[in-house]
Amino acid sequence: MLQHVSNSVAAAGLAVEAVDLVKDFGDTRAVDGVSLAVPTGSIYGLLGPNGAGKTTTLRMLLGIIDPSSGTRRVLGRDRPLDAAREIGYLPEERGLYPSMYARDAIAFMGALRGLSLAEGRRRADVLLAEHGLGDWSRKSIRSLSKGMAQLVQLLGTIIHKPRLIVLDEPFAGLDAINQGRLEELIRREARAGVTIIFSTHVIAHAERLCEHIAIIASGQVAFDGSVAEARGRLRPIVRLRTRASEGPWRSAIPEGARVEAGEWVFELPKGGPEPLLRALLDGGAGIETLAIERPGLHDAFVAIAGNKAAAAMGATGNGQ
Amino acid sequence: MIHLLRGAFVIARRDFAATVLSKAFIFFLLGPIFPLLLGGVFGGIGARVASQTEQPVVAVVSSAQDYSLISASRQRIADTMPDSMVVQIAHYAPEPDLAAQQKKLLASRSPPVRAVLTGGLADPHLTGSVRSDAQAVAQLRLILADAKAAPAEPPELPVTATATSSGSVAKDRALTGQIGQMLLFFLTLLLSGMVMSQLIEEKSNKIIEVIAAAVPIDSLFIGKLFAMLAASVAGIVVWISAGALLIQLINTGGLRNLPDPAVGWPAFLALGVVYFAMNYLLLGSIFLMIGAQASTVREVQTLSMPATFAQVIVFGFAATAVAQPNSTEALVAAVFPLSSPLVMLARAAQQSELWPHAVALAWQAVWVFFILRLGAKLFRRTVLKSGPRAKWWKFSRA
Repeated sequence: MLQHVSNSVAAAGLAVEAVDLVKDFGDTRAVDGVSLAVPTGSIYGLLGPNGAGKTTTLRMLLGIIDPSSGTRRVLGRDRPLDAAREIGYLPEERGLYPSMYARDAIAFMGALRGLSLAEGRRRADVLLAEHGLGDWSRKSIRSLSKGMAQLVQLLGTIIHKPRLIVLDEPFAGLDAINQGRLEELIRREARAGVTIIFSTHVIAHAERLCEHIAIIASGQVAFDGSVAEARGRLRPIVRLRTRASEGPWRSAIPEGARVEAGEWVFELPKGGPEPLLRALLDGGAGIETLAIERPGLHDAFVAIAGNKAAAAMGATGNGQ
Repeated sequence: MIHLLRGAFVIARRDFAATVLSKAFIFFLLGPIFPLLLGGVFGGIGARVASQTEQPVVAVVSSAQDYSLISASRQRIADTMPDSMVVQIAHYAPEPDLAAQQKKLLASRSPPVRAVLTGGLADPHLTGSVRSDAQAVAQLRLILADAKAAPAEPPELPVTATATSSGSVAKDRALTGQIGQMLLFFLTLLLSGMVMSQLIEEKSNKIIEVIAAAVPIDSLFIGKLFAMLAASVAGIVVWISAGALLIQLINTGGLRNLPDPAVGWPAFLALGVVYFAMNYLLLGSIFLMIGAQASTVREVQTLSMPATFAQVIVFGFAATAVAQPNSTEALVAAVFPLSSPLVMLARAAQQSELWPHAVALAWQAVWVFFILRLGAKLFRRTVLKSGPRAKWWKFSRA
């Protein structure tokens, strides 16, 4: 069956395809039938609250753990480890040998992916210099700041020029400046044709970077598609401020509308903006301000994954 | 397979470099000095304490003439073995109240009196806290019998000295075998513990996930095992060289004076390294499997204790083979994979045939292969497991 799927994968230009992945840990089902299709050359976001099954899904995609059932194909190979030399992976929990020099740590990660140690060291020196860490090349990891160590590990992830980069919560623990640098690095790699999958519980990053997203909640994929498609599931939001508080215009306000800071907030009625505008004007609303906003990814996430999942994302402190 | 071996090489190279180039490795190399120093210090203290402690004596209440005969007889026995192993005696002239004297002597603390011998040679009687079948009583019987008999000159026994005899060689070789076994056991246990600690460090560093995503997890298992093996072989080479040099310097005649193992020194040392490798790979695999289950040092200590105790029992089992290398027990110990390297090393010291070693090494290699495979399999299943752990009775499905 996977052979048929793989043909379709190749035809569709997918870097990664997973079909009905399931992972059980004892009696607990961590991932429950996840299917994904990651287009080649895209930036693909895996969104979901902590414990949703993102890391387990990524680990299965990379061959770190085997699924209890289901199939996956990565860069055209059935066994992900066969494609390991073309994959770069930054795990959620960062790990480096504290006593290693920065350049050796990067070269070691390259060696794991088939790069010779000498070539790895040469590339490491170049990368470290490019990212402002040239002076730290021969300093031990334990002497680096947390942000620097994270950058070193990220450089180790791309040292072997992979075709697929998998980043598990890459922004966690980084300050705003380093988050910006990381976003730029991701964009640069994507421009070079590299497929990037990253998991995050910070919707803002996904909104800025991703072309495609999958929303995972409780071990299942609640949505898989483009960001535009996700947003398209919601109607635009109307924000209206009027001079009149009562009048015939009120009949144009749909049920479920709420008032926020003196403004009416409601979904744009199906008829579109013209009938709404006409009804407001004819009804004597006295429009002070009227804005029709495209819904954000967060709104789409709430609508797709549910309020509980959204609350969990928010509870992590970076919900927006 | 190439992917696995290449990954194992990358990991082994890093681990080996990290181990050998660390300051801790210098302490590792200096390790054998500490037990020798401690042994010397505590041995010296023990000897001083022993020499300064007054030995309990048997008070001989008799005439001077009787005591003279008894003392001469004791000396004849003491000439055949260390003096400290022969019952100590002290002379006391009889007092009018013999019962009171006996009571006073048994209460004496200088010297401490173990028993009182009264009645001289004619009617000897021993009173004190000794059983009639005690070694000291048996010696006293011999001494009294010898003292009563007419002293006869011992016959002439001309001696022609040879460098070795089967008896002395067997004894020396058994000692070599025992020492070899002991070194093998302690070194293996130490290194297995070290490799397990490294794994725990790696798990706590979280580097393990980076490795597992790049190479088969079996590579990590094999790479770590062989890196420590290589580091320890480097250590052994240093120790053997330093030891040989030291012996050459301090012992007249140098290495030539050491009792030769039955297979000869070169073969014995080579077999020692190979048996060490086998023993370490077998035990190290088990310890790494244990390490894969644990996530903290405390868990490791708890989990490794039964394995350590089991290994001590295996060592005891192997040690019995030294006394009788061709006995059934020795054969069973040689066949049992975990004791086989220990037993065979002792055998190399005692028996000159080499073919049993070829058979044993092949047998051990088969077990190393299976245990490595099993170890790697279990390691893969458990080392990166997150979430609730599977129940042990469901382990086969994990």
